[in-house]
Amino acid sequence: MKWTRRDLLIGLGGLPVLGAVWWAGAATSVGSQKKRSEILEQLNIKPSLPPAVPGIGGDPVRIGVIGFGIRGEQLTRALGFATDEWKEEMRLAAEEDPNNKRLEDFEAQERLNVKLVGICDVFDVRAEKFINSFSTDDNQIKRYLTYKDMIQSGDVDAVVIATPDHWHAPMSIEALNNNVHVYVEKPMTHTVAETYTLRDAAEKSEAVFAVGHQHRQTLSFSTARDIVDKGTLGHVSLIQTNTNRNDDNGAWNYDMHEKASPETIDWEQFLGSAPTVPFNKNHFFRWRKWWSYGSGLSGDLLSHDYDRLNCVLNMGIPASVSSSGGIYTHNDGRNVPDVIQVNMEFPDFSTGSSQAKGKENGMTFCYSATLGNGFSRPTILMGHDATMELGNRLTVWPDGASTRYADMLEAEKMNPNVPIYQYDPAANATDAVSSATSQYFADKGLMWTYIDGVRVDSTFLHMREWLSVIKNGGKVSCGIKEGFEEAISAHMAGLSWKLGRKIEWDAASQTLRPIEGIDFDQVLLANEKWNIQPEMVG
Amino acid sequence: MNQNQNKLKASVTLLRIFIGWHFLFEGVVKMYNPEWTSFGYLATAQGPFEWFFTMLIGDAAIGWVDTLNIIALMVVGVTFTLGIFERIGAIVGVGLLALYFLAHPPFPGLTQMNVEGNYWIINKNLIELVACIVIYQLPTGAYFGLDYLRKNNLKTQEQ
Repeated sequence: MKWTRRDLLIGLGGLPVLGAVWWAGAATSVGSQKKRSEILEQLNIKPSLPPAVPGIGGDPVRIGVIGFGIRGEQLTRALGFATDEWKEEMRLAAEEDPNNKRLEDFEAQERLNVKLVGICDVFDVRAEKFINSFSTDDNQIKRYLTYKDMIQSGDVDAVVIATPDHWHAPMSIEALNNNVHVYVEKPMTHTVAETYTLRDAAEKSEAVFAVGHQHRQTLSFSTARDIVDKGTLGHVSLIQTNTNRNDDNGAWNYDMHEKASPETIDWEQFLGSAPTVPFNKNHFFRWRKWWSYGSGLSGDLLSHDYDRLNCVLNMGIPASVSSSGGIYTHNDGRNVPDVIQVNMEFPDFSTGSSQAKGKENGMTFCYSATLGNGFSRPTILMGHDATMELGNRLTVWPDGASTRYADMLEAEKMNPNVPIYQYDPAANATDAVSSATSQYFADKGLMWTYIDGVRVDSTFLHMREWLSVIKNGGKVSCGIKEGFEEAISAHMAGLSWKLGRKIEWDAASQTLRPIEGIDFDQVLLANEKWNIQPEMVG
Repeated sequence: MNQNQNKLKASVTLLRIFIGWHFLFEGVVKMYNPEWTSFGYLATAQGPFEWFFTMLIGDAAIGWVDTLNIIALMVVGVTFTLGIFERIGAIVGVGLLALYFLAHPPFPGLTQMNVEGNYWIINKNLIELVACIVIYQLPTGAYFGLDYLRKNNLKTQEQ
């Protein structure tokens, strides 16, 4: 066998091609990984691990639920109890769309060591639904006609409060005074004065008090905290958060039950401290639209956005708040605004600086909301060195003029258009969300988080933490301090909108700076008129 | 060998090497990147065979799918660039491209994701697939490639 040079050229001509392509492919792949690991090494960000809580041992925690409306049902599901109606609805939804895994997720949820013992709801239909769904032969659930009856019965260890806002504080205070543990929905209070009374009650009580800001359990937020703490973003001067909704549900026009009537609803008890008005289904089911029972965008949704950021930055109560907006998209008799812009000032706050000392200090938190457009505007933290988009996913882009990354940008190891960090705990999961409003909450990381790629209801984690603290001691992630900051900040935003002027916080005395001739709580409640306009108050 | 046939062989050889180049590069880049996965491509599959592709993204399957994909890409890449066993390479290439095509077919009514250009029923995957058929029909390894040595070797031994 003898090959000539010509033979070899013909036979092995492809070899250099193979070698060159192989080398180029390997170099491209390894090179980009090296660049990436160099960046990651410099950033040194630690993705958060799932929260580990000590088990809920001993006797089951005996729980009473106050308020079994939309949120009350969700909270009860987080505790491990779903109504038959919901299960059937979800079964049908899953049949229609195999990606709808809500029933599957619910059934896979870890069992909590709790026992439902009582229900208090002023609407008979809801109280009966609770009893019919969860009462068993060996656990007869009792209906209490008033929250005081339930709290003072001695049969409940803990209450879950999911009522209209104006009932949050009176019920929480009653429970805390009786050393009954409390899980209350946000906003924690309806007036400024109540916020202080509730804080006193929580501090004096032996019971555990938790506010329902479940996103504190979302892994992307704890990772975000690490990112900010490490100075990745540099000095954050502006935060932009938004509410973008454009559907009836999102504008709080919920369905009204056909069986609702003065016979089935204890209207007087529903009203409580609110001004007396004749029975009104609209007010009962859609209470979020009126200041008498709810707190509008500022208490209902700004409070979420504020706390999402407060849990990442721990920035506390703003020095001042200015709001503007109006009823521009749903002129249907409501008196809370449906478009609002809130600017919160934090002149002494800094996330750290990569520049000359003293050059950077202070931050504005800007909340912008409309109930008339659903275009998804993300939450953005804008720092001198980088920008972070914060939701269930996290993305960090370097800033073209960053001081910290100047060398890497110069060497083209970083590029302002290319994220330097991305965290997506859901990367291995596919989702389906059932409505525009749930998508809104899900995008914000308010509905669930992902642990090892498995979707977990963040409300479940939040309640599990509360129950664990009840049994084992420790600290809840959203307790009275966080709740106080959230409630005062939300009230400042509502007051500013109603008064059309800036509301200031005096950090030294821990009070709102008074405005002559104005009683803040009177303004906040604005009891006399249903259709009060901002300029008519004060 | 007449001149026309020679021209044809030269052209097909060039086509073979270029396709091999393309496949080999895709394979090598994926092989050297431990984090690469076809999960995203499969999870977003559309069209009549969506059910099949979403079946492949299960925890048990995805690792195999990724490894087989890299192996298949390398088989096509190596056989085509070196010019040996290219008919096997061509069959593998046709199969692989058919899967790529069916996972995201440019059929009317489906949203095209992450594609440059505009396609209606026919796209570049399908064209490359047909090119692989041409290579199957006209093997050129014996004209330019390792096959030339193999065949030549046999001839030498026969003599």
